[in-house]
Amino acid sequence: MRKIVTALAFTVIASTANAETFQDRIAPCLACHGERGQSETENTPSLGAQQAPYTLIQLFMFREKLRSFEPMNEMAKALTDDDLRTFSDFIATIPKPAPPAEAGDPARMQRGQALGQQHHCNSCHNPDYSGKENVPRIANQREDYLAKTLGEYKDNSRHGYDGSMADVMGPITPEQIADLAHFIAHLR
Amino acid sequence: MMSYSSAPRSLLLAGAFFGALTLTAAAQQPATPPAAGAAPAAAAPLPPGSPLIGRPADNEAAAKLAPIAPPPIPAAPDKLPTAKLKVPAGFNIEVYAAGMANARSLIEGDKGTVFAGTRLIDKVYAVVNKDGKRSVKVIASGLYRPNGLAFKDGTLYIAELSKISRIDKIEDNLDSAPKPTVIYSDLPKDEAHGWKFIGIGPDNKLYIPVGQPGNNVLHSDAHGLIKRINLDGSGAEVIARGVRNTVGFDWNPENKQLYFTDNGRDWMSEDLPEDELNRITKVGEHFGAPYCLQGNMVDPEFGWGKSCSDYTAPVGLLGPHSAALGMRFYTGNMFPKSYKNAIFIARHGSWNKTKKVGGDVLIARLNKDGTVKSVEPFLTGFVEDNKYIGRPVDVLQLKDGSLLVSDDYNGAVYRITYGKQKVAGAK
Repeated sequence: MRKIVTALAFTVIASTANAETFQDRIAPCLACHGERGQSETENTPSLGAQQAPYTLIQLFMFREKLRSFEPMNEMAKALTDDDLRTFSDFIATIPKPAPPAEAGDPARMQRGQALGQQHHCNSCHNPDYSGKENVPRIANQREDYLAKTLGEYKDNSRHGYDGSMADVMGPITPEQIADLAHFIAHLR
Repeated sequence: MMSYSSAPRSLLLAGAFFGALTLTAAAQQPATPPAAGAAPAAAAPLPPGSPLIGRPADNEAAAKLAPIAPPPIPAAPDKLPTAKLKVPAGFNIEVYAAGMANARSLIEGDKGTVFAGTRLIDKVYAVVNKDGKRSVKVIASGLYRPNGLAFKDGTLYIAELSKISRIDKIEDNLDSAPKPTVIYSDLPKDEAHGWKFIGIGPDNKLYIPVGQPGNNVLHSDAHGLIKRINLDGSGAEVIARGVRNTVGFDWNPENKQLYFTDNGRDWMSEDLPEDELNRITKVGEHFGAPYCLQGNMVDPEFGWGKSCSDYTAPVGLLGPHSAALGMRFYTGNMFPKSYKNAIFIARHGSWNKTKKVGGDVLIARLNKDGTVKSVEPFLTGFVEDNKYIGRPVDVLQLKDGSLLVSDDYNGAVYRITYGKQKVAGAK
């Protein structure tokens, strides 16, 4: 299934190489990541209002296979430097994701907020978790994607551009990851 | 394994609806700061490698400081800040090679190939000079933080985060270089200060630093040191301790002593401690970290009960937080006599300081006894409005006496020459 999706999405990008409009080119991205900045796809991040320097780094890492995720490695492999910049700049202009309709579980929200302060998440990512420069916006990111990503940083299966997230995640337990993800996803 | 089951539906929907959507029209709730009510927890200790350890709380200026990530894509040659860079009268600077993302440590092969390592990506580059033309090739990829390079008798040595490997006869195989063969891997795997500079000494041994695994930490005997091994990986021997993080060293051509830069700790103060220039006069010296800083001040946390007189003091101080990295003695004949056997020192530039310091190349001249006589700026212009437009990492004297400077912010290498500017070769 995954291969088919990748092939499909990639065909959309590749087959339109000449006369395509920018909207044609961005469409396959938004198909999975959400047309309005908000992803409806399991384990797939919302991109709305993402910091352009962060997105640029991630697209670059996908293209260079410094970050491994087959569908994205496929999507990015034919992109030029200018493409990477254009997509990153555009993604920053999409509206930021909204908080989920249901409020978070109060106890978990409280634990997550405390963890965010203890581990200084709210300093590089900003007090409202909107991120800055190469540090991503994580406020109202999908909970499943946040938990997955924090876990990957912790077990070092996702290498950051630098090593800071691996270091930060060292002492954080799986239960704490779940609370952090819940809290950040449900920020209001 | 991730599920992708909902993607095809989204894809079809996208095709059907994309034209009708406007990206700005969606009603959005404004983000608000995290809800009050959760009791702020007592600050837990940060992980040992965190660059934020020691940052003062509730200080607005300090809260804005964090390590600076360079743009991932190298600058196009015409976008490089070359015209803004300043060198002393009589010197010239030009672009030697560009388009090498994150190019850092430099070394020259026997046949004139210049190699560049990287820290944030997985590649080692070769700048090849052939038939008057210069081109850039990737000779190794899929490596983990391959920052350090050394060269001896046709063999290129590469230092990744936790292992050293070699590629023999590299200059005969630039288009199809074999995979590196690991020769040594008895090294910690910490990310913090884990990337390495390496060098081969006049004793024909390979010198390997192991940084302190964090800003300011008590650590195991396997950290905070410089060791040396034989070129086949055997005979490891620690030759210096108390080294926080050295990313550049070279041997004094006159007395063969090893000189090395060392980066001072963060978050103690805007102005203290300074980065160090050190020299090893005997095997086993301790250079102070984390107990004694810049040779004359015990650490506010770990220095209690310690005395700086028990440690070897630096021969020179290189500015607070300035990130003094690559350094090399100048032994060439192109530059004026006053540069002979002086040290060029690249300062990457501070992040842990409100007003930036460094982002330049210094020239340090020594007294007959090997102590420092003077330190002056040599190449400047990388800081504009308190922002970096480039960041020097390493310096390398070529056989013709010209000096290369790598810039990992722009993914480029510059070349500095002296005298009437010759017509530059093809770029």
